[in-house]
Amino acid sequence: MAKYRMHLLVCGGTTCRSSESESIRNALEESLERNGLENEVKVVSTGCFGFCDKGPIVKVIPGNTFYIHVKPEDAEEIVKEHVLNGRRVERLLYLEPEKELLATGSKEIGFQKKQIRIALRNCGFIDPENIDEYIARDGYVALCRCLTEYTPQQVIEMIKKSGLRGRGGGGFPTGLKWEITAKVKSDQKYVICNADEGDPGAFMDRSILEGDPHSVIEAMAINGYCTGASKGLVYIRAEYPMAIKRLRIAINQAKEYGLLGKNIFNSGFDFDIELRYGAGAFVCGEETALIHSMEGKRGEPTFKPPFPSEHGFLGKPSNVNNVETYANIPVIINKGPEWFASIGTEKSKGTKVFALAGKINNVGLIEVPMGTTLRDVIFKIGGGIRGGKGFKAVQTGGPSGGCLTTRHLDTPIDYDNLLAAGSMMGSGGMIVMDEDDCMVSIAKFYLGFTVDESCGKCSPCRIGNKRLYEILDKITKGEGTTEDLAKLKNLSEVIKDTSLCGLGQTSPNPVLSTLDNFWDEYVEHVIDKKCRASSCKGLMKYVIDPEACTGCTACARACPVNAISGERKGPHTINQEICIKCGTCMEKCKFNAVLLQ
Amino acid sequence: MSQIKSFEDLRKIKEDFGKRIQFREKSFDPSKVVQIKVGFGTSGIASGAKEVMTFLRDELEKRNIEAVVTQTGDMGYSYAEPTIEVKLPGQEPIVFGKVNVRKADEIIERYIKNGELIDGIIPVNYHTI
Repeated sequence: MAKYRMHLLVCGGTTCRSSESESIRNALEESLERNGLENEVKVVSTGCFGFCDKGPIVKVIPGNTFYIHVKPEDAEEIVKEHVLNGRRVERLLYLEPEKELLATGSKEIGFQKKQIRIALRNCGFIDPENIDEYIARDGYVALCRCLTEYTPQQVIEMIKKSGLRGRGGGGFPTGLKWEITAKVKSDQKYVICNADEGDPGAFMDRSILEGDPHSVIEAMAINGYCTGASKGLVYIRAEYPMAIKRLRIAINQAKEYGLLGKNIFNSGFDFDIELRYGAGAFVCGEETALIHSMEGKRGEPTFKPPFPSEHGFLGKPSNVNNVETYANIPVIINKGPEWFASIGTEKSKGTKVFALAGKINNVGLIEVPMGTTLRDVIFKIGGGIRGGKGFKAVQTGGPSGGCLTTRHLDTPIDYDNLLAAGSMMGSGGMIVMDEDDCMVSIAKFYLGFTVDESCGKCSPCRIGNKRLYEILDKITKGEGTTEDLAKLKNLSEVIKDTSLCGLGQTSPNPVLSTLDNFWDEYVEHVIDKKCRASSCKGLMKYVIDPEACTGCTACARACPVNAISGERKGPHTINQEICIKCGTCMEKCKFNAVLLQ
Repeated sequence: MSQIKSFEDLRKIKEDFGKRIQFREKSFDPSKVVQIKVGFGTSGIASGAKEVMTFLRDELEKRNIEAVVTQTGDMGYSYAEPTIEVKLPGQEPIVFGKVNVRKADEIIERYIKNGELIDGIIPVNYHTI
């Protein structure tokens, strides 16, 4: 087998593929063959470089030369100049906007800095079941330094200075929360980790616990030292067996090394961590409900104040933080609060992990600095919309968040901007929708989720959301009226203002934001009785095109309700009164004669 | 396992790492063996990472290639699971996506044995600290 001296990597991401990467690959191969280089140089297709607006991309190894906007006709020049003569094709090199310099290596290119992994620094890098690998990446150094070099107040000051805000969604300043808990006097305090990740499509916390459990353990111990707590509890959903297993192994390893237990680092500080399992109720992500669930009571929220910092688990002061918040702590101690505060926007510091899902090419986990625009996340890192379809909206913040549209694409993502745009940061789920998604149905989907997950304690949430859902259901069935639209808005405002906890206060957000951004679509559903995405069954009908129908009777035989009639070899018709819109006829028809209107 | 009581203890583990843990069974020099990490998060396992890991371990031994195969967490490329990272001695690690048993076989035969790159590489598009 031949040994290759050089490789040409051609981006084979879906977007680049649609912009001719396939023909570039062929052109390169043909050119290599013409020059007798096919046994020395190999062309390889790769995944997405996350740089789709500059695609198609060709990268040359060794040397890491990076060519952008490559066309098939450039292949010959790349082969002759670069491969044969070792001279770079300057006109295809990437020109960095700020520096106006030719960037030659892909490592120097600005776009590659779009993602910075802080909370995910060890995910996919270390063996999570081996504490030594964590220590080899400077693990537990932050805990050691806190216990031996700093007073609790000094550590709290560092966290405050870093500007870290709660990554669970609310965005409360973490340092301030620690300080409040530290100031309350009590014989026993608790450090709680909220690992009850409940948003549909979100899996950031799970990945951190599965990939880097020690970072959370270390941060909880630091929190214990700062607040004066000797006991830590992780509230984790039982549906995360792998995360539970890894966390258990990690806790045991830390205990064996004496990094948990009595007299850690000979400082006189004791700390221990236990796990508490949740049954997977969405409301238990709310901190008071979470605490009740841990106490063995019903997972229902209670009114705040008193905040858990004063009156938490078993009535004792408890500091509740989310998994991702904890994962940032050791880095802030090791690299300094100034370093952390240098990343992000004025009021939102550091990075945020997002779980990209929905109609996007590169579904997965990303971590970007606060202030990155939605456009960069969706079209560069995410590789754009699947199937080359048009972007319609992105849902952030899960059932508590809202939908953002094309006009928000250039909004820098941070806590305050998302709130101002009618959504929220949430825990970091990001669901991308394309032109085939009906926004009324999307709002209905989220309301359905909230109705299921409402604990039922307060009436606005229990009854109000159910009514909201019913109105949306009516609209998607084509029975909506203009009064319903006014009712939707009015009821949403009431639920928002009067619900007891965060779940109810935010549950109408999907409705309000879609009303705001997609008012036209609601009006179409109600007045024109049309669903432009063709997803509301109530607003569509199946019809048979008499020209195309051959009278084969396949549809009539398959129809479960016998709604199709017609002579053999003659055109068939569908009785709309009987039709249940199951779509079977459309599937069975071999002549594309069944149409959806 | 002895207890860690100081910064020095942590540093010692950091320095010893490699020799002491991954390679304790065989006296390998980590700079001379192939190191493979398999993304073993929930999404990786759901798409068949376990099968790939077993295959890699068995086949590398059968084919007499000195290699260490370990698990790691989610690399973040959910669209291309299972993902594996292969580090040949003295070279930058390379991540391959959508690795099934057939692909794993190709990686062993072509990349590990011959240094030949094959389709399915996922470029690193992030910075880490």
